[in-house]
Amino acid sequence: MEQLLSLFVQAVFIENMALQMFLGMCTFLAVSKKIETAIGLGVAVIVVQVITVPANNIIFNHLLREGALDWLGMPELSLQFLGFLCYIGVIAAIVQILEMFLDKYVPALYNALGVFLPLITVNCAILGSTLLMVERDYTFPESVAFGLGSGFGWALAIVALAGIREKLKYSDVPEGLRGLGITFITVGLMSLGFMSLSGVSL
Amino acid sequence: MSSVKQILLTPLFENNPIALQILGVCSALAVTTQLSVTLVMCVALTTVTAFSNLFISMIRNHMPSSIRIIVQMTIIASLVIAVDQFLQAFAYEISKNLSVFVGLIITNCIVMGRAEAFAMKNPPGLSFLDGIGNGMGYSLVLVVVASVRELFGSGSLLGFQILPLIENGGWYQANGLMLLSPSAFFIIGFFIWALRSVKKDQVETREFRMASHSTEEGAF
Repeated sequence: MEQLLSLFVQAVFIENMALQMFLGMCTFLAVSKKIETAIGLGVAVIVVQVITVPANNIIFNHLLREGALDWLGMPELSLQFLGFLCYIGVIAAIVQILEMFLDKYVPALYNALGVFLPLITVNCAILGSTLLMVERDYTFPESVAFGLGSGFGWALAIVALAGIREKLKYSDVPEGLRGLGITFITVGLMSLGFMSLSGVSL
Repeated sequence: MSSVKQILLTPLFENNPIALQILGVCSALAVTTQLSVTLVMCVALTTVTAFSNLFISMIRNHMPSSIRIIVQMTIIASLVIAVDQFLQAFAYEISKNLSVFVGLIITNCIVMGRAEAFAMKNPPGLSFLDGIGNGMGYSLVLVVVASVRELFGSGSLLGFQILPLIENGGWYQANGLMLLSPSAFFIIGFFIWALRSVKKDQVETREFRMASHSTEEGAF
């Protein structure tokens, strides 16, 4: 339990998806102009992360990895080269199912997330954490903690950036730096801030 | 002929995928600590973009539009698998260095973005060139960022020592910050600044205009 907690904290602060691992940057920069939309997207990412990372963990451990198909009488078969195709398929399918489910049963949440859900399929933070999970060989409980932590960390970062950008629009930025340029530099400074947490050992 | 040249060259400066379209930023930041790794990444991405554009453009008239995203994803993922297997077989060290980022070409917005915006509407030949052009625009930014980071971070380029380090009896004190993540953001920020100072038309409009100073009497 303690180990899972430390994995969670590590995924949120030390290996922050957006600021330290540079994942999900496109949406991170494009959809961070307003705090409200940032919160909506952040929540959507957390929800999708918590479902997809463990789901891909099961697929990896029971279908793809070397020796996983032992019960079929093929102990030496390794389907790892199909990994990317499977993971992205799983992510796309889960996002689609989640969208239909929310539309039917939780329309309030569906309207709040609305536009962002389909966007999430191509968010590299989602695929990225699945690939990291595979690379680091997490067990099932670990993958749940990692999915939750990485989603939470990403949400935290985008909401913080949106907060800064809401204030920043009133400032007098040099011409060429306006918009995207200053956002990059802001994110750089935030990343410096998060780096100071890397010394925390758990 | 001029349209071919235009398609190849506009993504370099006029319509750069990273600096203007905000596509494919993630990997631009993450794989730029060493120039050699960056070059491999650029070649991989350009190949995938070019061929995915080619194949998607070939079948664009046979694809029902409701499932086009899934079809595009499948094509792109298969291409990335091919590239990944190739790297693992022939450049294992570099493939280890790139770790998850080869896989992340699948969700790199440049590939999807160009497939959606260009390949769905244009013939295969032009789409292929558009993929190469955008791959080059991406590579340009990456190579600049990686050169700066490797040169000032460890005093070398492509592994050759350019600035002799103090530890080895030279005069250059390596700037460790360059190898850490924040510097990547700063360098791309400054790159965009430089690009937009030259190309004024890319400057974004102000969201909020400040009122000019009023020096009327009785303002206080």
